Amino acid sequence: MSEANKNLLDTTTSKGLSRKKFLKYAGTSAATIFAFGLVACEDDNPMNPDPDPGEDMVNLGSGDLGILNYAYALEQLEAAFYIAVLDSAYSGMSSEEGQILEDLRNHEVAHRDWFQAAISSVAPNGIIPGLTPDFSTVNFSDRASVLATAQAFEDLGVSAYNGAGQLIENTDYLVEAGKIVSVEARHAAAIRSIIASSNTSFAGDDIIDGNGLEMTRTPNDVLGIAQSFITEQIDGSNLPQPQ
Amino acid sequence: MSLIKFLDQFNDEELDSEAKDKFLSRKDALGKLTDFSKKLALSAIPLGAMAALSTPAKAQSTEDLIGVLNYALTLEHLENEFYAMGNSASGLIPSGKDADIFMQIGKHEQQHVDFLIDTIDTLGGTPIEKPTFDFTVGGAFDPFNVYGQFLALSQAFEDTGVRAYKGQAPAVQGVPQVLTAALAIHSVEARHASEVRRLRGLKGWITQDNRGEGMPEATQAVYNGEDQTSQLGVEVTSVTDVDADGVTEAWDEFLTMDEVTTIASLFITS
Repeated sequence: MSEANKNLLDTTTSKGLSRKKFLKYAGTSAATIFAFGLVACEDDNPMNPDPDPGEDMVNLGSGDLGILNYAYALEQLEAAFYIAVLDSAYSGMSSEEGQILEDLRNHEVAHRDWFQAAISSVAPNGIIPGLTPDFSTVNFSDRASVLATAQAFEDLGVSAYNGAGQLIENTDYLVEAGKIVSVEARHAAAIRSIIASSNTSFAGDDIIDGNGLEMTRTPNDVLGIAQSFITEQIDGSNLPQPQ
Repeated sequence: MSLIKFLDQFNDEELDSEAKDKFLSRKDALGKLTDFSKKLALSAIPLGAMAALSTPAKAQSTEDLIGVLNYALTLEHLENEFYAMGNSASGLIPSGKDADIFMQIGKHEQQHVDFLIDTIDTLGGTPIEKPTFDFTVGGAFDPFNVYGQFLALSQAFEDTGVRAYKGQAPAVQGVPQVLTAALAIHSVEARHASEVRRLRGLKGWITQDNRGEGMPEATQAVYNGEDQTSQLGVEVTSVTDVDADGVTEAWDEFLTMDEVTTIASLFITS
């Protein structure tokens, strides 16, 4: 269990294996890895960050690679969060909530795994490692805490992709970002809807302006928020910046 | 520093003629975008200009931009009129949650119409006139009397809107202000789609290419191609343990302008 404790993300991302080996492994015992990933988290204490001082700085890099790593970091965070949510489901989780949270976990894990494979194939030496989440501010046994965090992550993800679009050079990457961001927006609406603070919160006036445009955030703004949930220090200073 | 002053710093002789042509058409478009850009709540003008200048290969002509924006405006007109009619049809939408949801969605579609008209005006283009719509498709549907049909068409329009905006991202990539605005509308449409789908008892996301229970067969074109599992040449199911259903849910696919036009044309009489 200590390995799982050490890095929640690594339990299903195969850090340390080359992509080729990973694919081979995944192909033969994919279910095992996934099952292990989930089971391994069972007694996890995600509030216990990796104390290893040697891996505490992660540079996202520059250009499109930097943006891909930036997205990969956010997807890692989201995936780890929902894995932890389902690993210690709060009491009174309705079947609707359970289904939504399970779907969100699957989607974010798929995004994370795809980014890992896609970045590795174009920049095997430039991909960031698996990150260590710090969810010490989340009370996983409390519905309100879990759903508020989910909403924050989903809204953050949408604003991050929306803000990063103009920083992407490669048109294919832009299209991919577009394919993912709308799913994040679907998530955000669903989570807001089950929190049900109001009937219109799924697309609330708090995030959509008077022109009907949703909020966007720069990478600096996003990282400033995301950093508190990540043990490693994320360095986004080489990312393309809106100037 | 104003955008125009910023752009004027760049001396003509520093640019070769091809780059200059691209640059000047960009500069023209961006100059006209100044007012529009002020309306982009969280996007600063100079940075947009910088990004634009750094990517001359992706310059788009103002004419092309206006074409794409008028295409978006057509779809927003369709949605806006649909919700305006639905929201004012007596006894159609249950009061409370449902009514609140569709008032909110209708508000956004009106805002999108106004925003796009304003943007096209600012670019020096001519916003297309609102087409004449027939939401009964020649009598096949009765969406303003039968709530279930209103819901089904709403889902189809929102899911189409998401795919339509997504498909135009490359066409506006060269002008960051327009790209960012398009993305900011795109995610709002996705939020609408999620909410309406859930109101209909479906998941907020699209599984495989399923249009979902209760959706007329005529709406299948809205969902065709959503079952893709390969992204950027990576077969996702081979790198993750999430099953194919989950993978198809996790990515929304785009539709081309032709595909969307075919769908929208069902509802346009002139």
